[in-house]
Amino acid sequence: MTTAKEFTLAELIIAAAAEAWRGEGEVLATGIGVLPRIAASLAKLTFAPQLMMTDGEAYLVEEPVPLGPRGDYKPKFAGWMPYGRVFDNVWSGRRHAMVTPVQVDRWGQANISCLGDFRKPKVQMLGMRGFPGNSVNHRNSMFLPAHSKRAFIEGEVDVVASVGYSDKRFPEGARRAGGDLGIIVTDLCVMDFKGPDHAARVLSLHPGVTFDQAQAATGFPLLAPASKHITAAPTEEQITVIRKLDPHDLRAGVIKGNPPGARP
Amino acid sequence: MSLSSVVGQLRDGMTIGVGGWGPRRKPMALIREILRSDLKDLTVVAYGGPEIGMLCAAGKVKKLMYGFVSLDAIPIEPYFRKAREAGTVEVNELDEGLLLIGLQAAAHRLPFLPTRVGLGSDVLTYNPEFRTVRSPYDDGETLLAMPAIRLDVALIHVSRADRLGNTQTDGPDPYFDGLFARAAERSFVTTEMLVDRLDLAHSDTAKTNLFERCFVSGVTLAPGGAHPTAAHDAYGWDSAHLRAYAASAAEPDGWSRYYQDYVAPGEAGYLDRIGGASHIRSLPLPVF
Repeated sequence: MTTAKEFTLAELIIAAAAEAWRGEGEVLATGIGVLPRIAASLAKLTFAPQLMMTDGEAYLVEEPVPLGPRGDYKPKFAGWMPYGRVFDNVWSGRRHAMVTPVQVDRWGQANISCLGDFRKPKVQMLGMRGFPGNSVNHRNSMFLPAHSKRAFIEGEVDVVASVGYSDKRFPEGARRAGGDLGIIVTDLCVMDFKGPDHAARVLSLHPGVTFDQAQAATGFPLLAPASKHITAAPTEEQITVIRKLDPHDLRAGVIKGNPPGARP
Repeated sequence: MSLSSVVGQLRDGMTIGVGGWGPRRKPMALIREILRSDLKDLTVVAYGGPEIGMLCAAGKVKKLMYGFVSLDAIPIEPYFRKAREAGTVEVNELDEGLLLIGLQAAAHRLPFLPTRVGLGSDVLTYNPEFRTVRSPYDDGETLLAMPAIRLDVALIHVSRADRLGNTQTDGPDPYFDGLFARAAERSFVTTEMLVDRLDLAHSDTAKTNLFERCFVSGVTLAPGGAHPTAAHDAYGWDSAHLRAYAASAAEPDGWSRYYQDYVAPGEAGYLDRIGGASHIRSLPLPVF
């Protein structure tokens, strides 16, 4: 497999984010948003064909559905997956979603509800959506397009929508039923929360990014990778698949300025 | 029944559940009729779309119970956002699944249903009346006792109905309309098409019946009645209308202009102003 000579940061992120689903088996892979959705589809079309996936509306598909207007392409349905069944799958634990919260803290807790005081928010956002139930029941990975101290904040997130590893938040005797954090992919690096006591650690830095840069953009301490790990560039094969999945190049609009994958 | 006779049966302070999901299959003709009425202090329970924003903008809402309020392609409902940021409505913000579980408990006439959903999150902080319960079995696990969400009334939009209260709903997703109907004392349904007997006219689509007629107290013919939301498979949501509606929230007199333009003239006037029934029928569902 040849590494692509030229690739955008969005394409690097897609290839890195696809790794979230490696070895997951027959789970429902839900990538919410442009890059996570392409990433889940890329995983299914390359190394994880057993993943289950929907058309984004109400049906299971075995062939991932390309993004945007489809021309002559007609999705082929393998099964029915309305919202009611998505909840059943969530609570069975057989799902791995990749989501984009607005705030993440050192305990891996995440917020998409609102900013500021919940009773009179400074900025109302989406509400809790399915974050509490998803995060306590199945694995979730995250994609954050702008790695900064506003996203990875110093204290606790304003509203805990996704649960994390803060024990004081759980009543005695409660248990997380397999809810767990996968990887966190940003425009600077790939991280997880699998250090000692669930500390955040950098798994790889995107080409041209230093650990100090990533740390400076994070409101809590990060563990550095043991040796110099650089996020793998996408292969030519992966780029070909990505182009088929995203024929209208919606991925170009996700990261500001659509920069190249290798920073100068 | 007419829209006004349905709304005539509603009272101040009622808890009203609204079927559909985001900008999908909302009983908007009924919502507009509520906007024209002097009803107030409502508790509204929904997978929220524009009905929540409009009811907030018109000052009809005391309290909201929701997992989200969204116009989908426009992620945040603009008038809901305004109401939240002004702190003018009380809220029970829930996980989407908790809303389902609360309605299920009400539908089954149970006080609560146990679940792990919400544990470890701020769902418990901002719904301080919620209690936990311990499993009576050997595991002894602590679970959230999600209280039943009992509705006085559910408002639902369907594809076809008959005069007996049988209904059929097309489209790929039933959402949770059946649960809303079962969790409510009474349900009122608007329909794209009304026939005398569904069994005689449309028995081939009987599988699209989502809830039994014992839950249906009244049926109103309202073709296009979900506009500007979608009514699969009849029409998609009206993106241009929703964008203009969303933009109006940024103007100081935005809501009163929207109300004067679209709500005040009544349903016949509404149809006129948005370009008629043929405009609604021509709206495609967006592709993502």
